[in-house]
Amino acid sequence: MSIEISHVSKRFGTFVALDDVSVSIPTGQLTALLGPSGGGKSTLLRIIAGLERADSGRVEIEGVDATNLPPQKRNVGFVFQHYAAFKHLTVRRNIAFGLEIRRRPKAEIRARVDELLALVHLEQFADRLPAQLSGGQRQRMALARALAVKPTVLLLDEPFGALDAKVRKELRDWLRRLHDEVHVTTVFVTHDQEEALEVADEIVVINEGRVEQVGSPDDLYDRPANDFVMRFLGPVTQLGDRLVRPHDLRITVGSAGPSDHAGVNGPASVTGRITRIVRVGFEVRVEVTTDDHVVTVTLPRSEFLELGLHTDAVVSVHQAAPARVAAGAA
Amino acid sequence: MSVATTAGPRPETDAGPRHAASDSGVGYPLTRASGLGLGLAMLWFSLLVLIPLTAVMVTASEAGWSGFWGTITNEQTAAAIRLTVGTALLVTLVNVVMGTAIAWVLVRDRFVGQRVLEILIDIPFALPTIVAGLVLLSLYGPKSPLGINVANTRPAVFLAFLFVTLPFVVRTVQPVLAELDREAEEAAASLGASRFTVFRRIVLPSITPAIAAGAALSFARGVSEYGSLVLLSGNLPHKTEVTSVRILSSIENDNLEGAAAVATILLVISLIVIVTVDILQRRLVRRG
Repeated sequence: MSIEISHVSKRFGTFVALDDVSVSIPTGQLTALLGPSGGGKSTLLRIIAGLERADSGRVEIEGVDATNLPPQKRNVGFVFQHYAAFKHLTVRRNIAFGLEIRRRPKAEIRARVDELLALVHLEQFADRLPAQLSGGQRQRMALARALAVKPTVLLLDEPFGALDAKVRKELRDWLRRLHDEVHVTTVFVTHDQEEALEVADEIVVINEGRVEQVGSPDDLYDRPANDFVMRFLGPVTQLGDRLVRPHDLRITVGSAGPSDHAGVNGPASVTGRITRIVRVGFEVRVEVTTDDHVVTVTLPRSEFLELGLHTDAVVSVHQAAPARVAAGAA
Repeated sequence: MSVATTAGPRPETDAGPRHAASDSGVGYPLTRASGLGLGLAMLWFSLLVLIPLTAVMVTASEAGWSGFWGTITNEQTAAAIRLTVGTALLVTLVNVVMGTAIAWVLVRDRFVGQRVLEILIDIPFALPTIVAGLVLLSLYGPKSPLGINVANTRPAVFLAFLFVTLPFVVRTVQPVLAELDREAEEAAASLGASRFTVFRRIVLPSITPAIAAGAALSFARGVSEYGSLVLLSGNLPHKTEVTSVRILSSIENDNLEGAAAVATILLVISLIVIVTVDILQRRLVRRG
């Protein structure tokens, strides 16, 4: 295990940012710290980097107790949401900074910086100042700067948060490919579940200063430990008294008979009237109002057309995939 | 004058060079409004600065080159110029260090009485200089309650300069320091830079222009100081007499040309110092 966090707590005044957090982050993987804003994930990342000190608990990086090490001695690369560029230095000198601090020979620095400039595709911008770069370019520069010193771990704090949607998606794919190339243990903080699901090998869900669940994207999506994780990681709707994914539901025209799987967990099927139909790209979102609640179902357009659904039609809704968590359980 | 246009969020394109307006150097045609603004600024500047300065230089030249040279090489005048410029430079140097330190404390630390200190900083600037002189005389004069008597000595001039120029560097550096990107410092730290290195390589280049601006102001104020030092320094020729006092006594002796000659030489020295400070500043920032 590359980063071992045990029983870490952190308060800011009366606000509890982290409450007895223990988590292990595996070597060589891309791990996402996912959670809502103010949930403590950035604080945890800053504690790993040594930019913040934990009130209690222990941080180990590659088997070395780093709890009391200053950031200078941890050999971590840190990438900030707002780039934290050295504004008065050119791109080349920004990237070279860590190597210059380490007093490496000039030729070695030059070679390493050239290599990194190529890695982040900024060769022709080497002599520009950060102010002359776009946001995405600045963040790639920051990433190269962090990688220059060959860090044990690379930490990214909402690295794409300040970028617009399209660039964010591009950089996300690029980060994944880069990681497959470089293989440095990487931890990144995000509040965007799609980003985490798409990029990460492993996801740590953090909420209100606690770890809710740790697992692979598949684990978390298909086997959420609780309602919070279920709600946070994808769309949910309520079927009877259960939380389910709207795309796991099937619609049949006409009301369902009373014999239809009425299990101990409540009805696996409900009957209602279609109150709203929204088409979103290739998907159709159908809202079915039953006696006491509204169920949202998403289905492919082809299936929607086949069924010939329209508002006010009476339909029954049931679950296609095996049941997950009952509401209120976990 | 070129007008910089600020672009909105840029698309992510690696191709296509971008020119900063300031790099191109070629002026855009002025719009009506900016033409009016430029005209107004030039008129204002001319009335208040250029014309009076020219008048001083014309007056100085009335005695001819030999008169001019004679005045400024006069032993007493030369001593006054040496003392004034030397002390102003020394004081500016002290201010660069102390002013930056005070600004740092005001921005980066939280302590009891901070708001009070914040206001107190401006007092030397807000006080009428003769009042400052009185304060200094009563504190460091012959009847000093502290037992420190610097009256009629050169340290009196130094002290007076120090007192009146205190706020300049503090006030120019403080806002810049407050706006600094703390994350850049954290980034540098996590790249292995010690606190001192972070200050020298990341913080200092960002605040150097502000320090330089404060230093130039502080020097200029020192060179022109009169009120705060006349009481304490004793104005002893060859010893504690500064140029402003020298100029005044020239005027009182009906030697306008002499006064203007000294004024002109002060003007030239100030200009050289301010330009040097600016060049130095640019160099330091570029070196990073």
